[in-house]
Formats: sequence, C-alpha cells, structure tokens
Amino acid sequence: MSAAMAKVSVLRYRPEQDEVPVWQDYQVPYSDDMSVLTALNYIKDELDGTLSLRWSCRQAICGSCGMMIGGKPSLACKTFLRDYPEGIRVEALAHFPIERDLVVVMDGFMDKLQKVKPYIIPKEARSLDEGEYLQTPAEMDLYAQFAGCINCGLCYAACPQVGLNPDFIGPGAIALLHRYNLDSRDGGSAERMALINSEVGVFNCTAVGYCSEVCPKMVDPANAVNVGKMNSARDYFFRFMRPAGEKGECR
Amino acid sequence: MSARKPYVRPMAGWWRRDPFFVEYMVHEGTAFFVWLYALELLAGVLCLAQGKAAWDAYRAFVASVPLLILNAAIFAMMLYHGYTWFKIMPRTLPPMKVGGKRVAGATITALGLGGALVASVLLFGIVWMLTSGGAQ
Repeated sequence: MSAAMAKVSVLRYRPEQDEVPVWQDYQVPYSDDMSVLTALNYIKDELDGTLSLRWSCRQAICGSCGMMIGGKPSLACKTFLRDYPEGIRVEALAHFPIERDLVVVMDGFMDKLQKVKPYIIPKEARSLDEGEYLQTPAEMDLYAQFAGCINCGLCYAACPQVGLNPDFIGPGAIALLHRYNLDSRDGGSAERMALINSEVGVFNCTAVGYCSEVCPKMVDPANAVNVGKMNSARDYFFRFMRPAGEKGECR
Repeated sequence: MSARKPYVRPMAGWWRRDPFFVEYMVHEGTAFFVWLYALELLAGVLCLAQGKAAWDAYRAFVASVPLLILNAAIFAMMLYHGYTWFKIMPRTLPPMKVGGKRVAGATITALGLGGALVASVLLFGIVWMLTSGGAQ
C-alpha cells in the first residue's frame, strides 16, 4: 500500500521573477502527527529548495513560523495536516509586506515594539545596594498574561485596522506596552501615554476582537487596547488636575 | 542595488476574507437599524410638539403594516446588536476580580445580558402601567 499523500498549496513570491504572488501545489507524505511546519520543511528539503520560510523552535515558543493557514493566522508548528482533509493553503502573514514566499517584512513591527518602550522605567533612581525590586504574586498576576507574547505577529494578521493603516501601533505592541504599565516596578505610564493617545494609537481599534481569538499564547491584546482607550480618555479629561511638567506629557 | 521588492497585498474586500470579519461587519451593520429607530422616535417627538393632529397621524403611521414590519426587523436587529455588544464586553473592560479571583469572560457577558433583560422588563412594566393608567 502506498503512503497517503496530502496537498499543500503555498503562495509563492520570488521578487526576482514574480510580479505578483502565485499559488503552487505540492504533494507531501501524510501522517496524523504531521504539522504544517514539518510539511513545509519536507517540501524545502525534498521537493523544492527554493521555498523560503522562517522557523525555529517547533514548539510555539519562538514565534517565527506565523503564517496564514487555511486563511487564518496560525503558527505552522501548532497546526496539523489532519485538521485539513481537503488539503491546506498556506500564505504569508496577512497585513505584512511579503519579502519572499512565506517570509514577511517585520521591520515596521520591530519599530513599533521599540516605540512602546518595552522595558521597566523605574519610578525613581535606585542604587544597587538597595537590592532587588520586590513584587508580590498578586502584583505579578496583573501583567503576567500580557508578558506571554512571543511576537509572532498573528494578532497583526488578524487586525483589519493594521491592514488598512499600517502605521497603527497594533495589538501586540500595545499589549506589551500595557504589560509594562501594569508592572508595579514601572513608572513609565505617563511617558508611554503620548503614543497611546496619538494618531497611531489605541483609537485605531474598532473592537473586531479577532486578535485575541488567534493569539497562540492566550494573551488578550484586545483587552490591552481597549483598556488603553479608557486610560487615554481619562488622561484627556483629567489632565488638568495633575501637576504639569512630567516628561513626555502635554497639556 | 537592493534586490528587495516587498509585495503589499491589497485590502479591497478584506471583510469577505474570513467568517469572523463577515460577522463583525454584520454586527456593526446592525447599528444602522439602531439609527433608524432613533429617527423614528425623533419624528414622534417632533409630531408631538406640533399638536394633536400631527401626533395622531404619527400614531397611525407607526401602526401601519409596513412600519410594523420595519419595527419587527429593527427589534430583531437590536437584539442581535445587544447580544454582540455584551459578547465583546469582557474584552473591553479592565479585568474584574471578586474575592481575589478573576471573573470569567462568560460570566461578564451573562451578567450584562441579564442586566439588560431585567432593565427592559422593568422599563416595559413602567410604561405599561403608565399607559394603562392613562386610559382609565
């Protein structure tokens, strides 16, 4: 008995020869435990070495293999051929420019990650001999969910507002921003507020909510963005009641 | 010279791409019916201000068959609008804690829907009592 085969259609884009992306079909040997990533690597190793894709850990930790699988933003390592008996269509992550085949241009996303200042900005200077920061489990629980982000970009591929306005800071970066704002050791909320309030900030969101649905790490970026709207509105209406002159703030 | 030539896919018709987006457009689209009903109520207020003849004409208008059909459609759309509004509520609220435990999203949705139902019944009861009292 010959081994069962599965059809994998891949949206190819080779900038040196393609004007627009084109679909190409491959047949790969099928097994119940075969992930889409394994199938793509089979294609690259055995059928067509020109296929380009990003991957690393194979266990939904590194966030490299995000792509559109059956039209949905998914991690290729966490999606299995067995769930697509009719064959599978694989395309580069939506709302990102395609660099080549399944590889997208991440530069804009990297810029956005930097813009949110994703690091602890201490409330006040602290010397080494004062020791480490202490944090209770309850304080950590406030932000722990948002710290689970692996920067895979699935939420950006799920957000039509990112597609319509590529400058929108987007769900993942705002979730990361929120993670630092919620950290008891951090004092950078006011500095980050200008970005939240800005033209590229939280009000680009129209509460589609798909970002949180597709997240492979159970982060809830839609919640971070919408709580950001609340904070932004509060900042707007109550800004006259705070002392002026804090860094990064305007009145 | 760089050989890079990043390809940006078009966004035209984006909402047809995924059933999730189609549902989103449908539930956002129900806002149109909320607007229609607001217009209908506004027309009623304007007629009331113009006197008894205008008000009676308005009442006859809203009791006509086409308006009853339209209002049935508006009611159905409002119900769906309300349902989707409370469905997304857990994503829009800051996390709520009761007794140190985070309240589940489904609980927030259920409480919202329950609250809306109770408020609707109360409002209906009050209006019913006022109107039946006025007829006596």
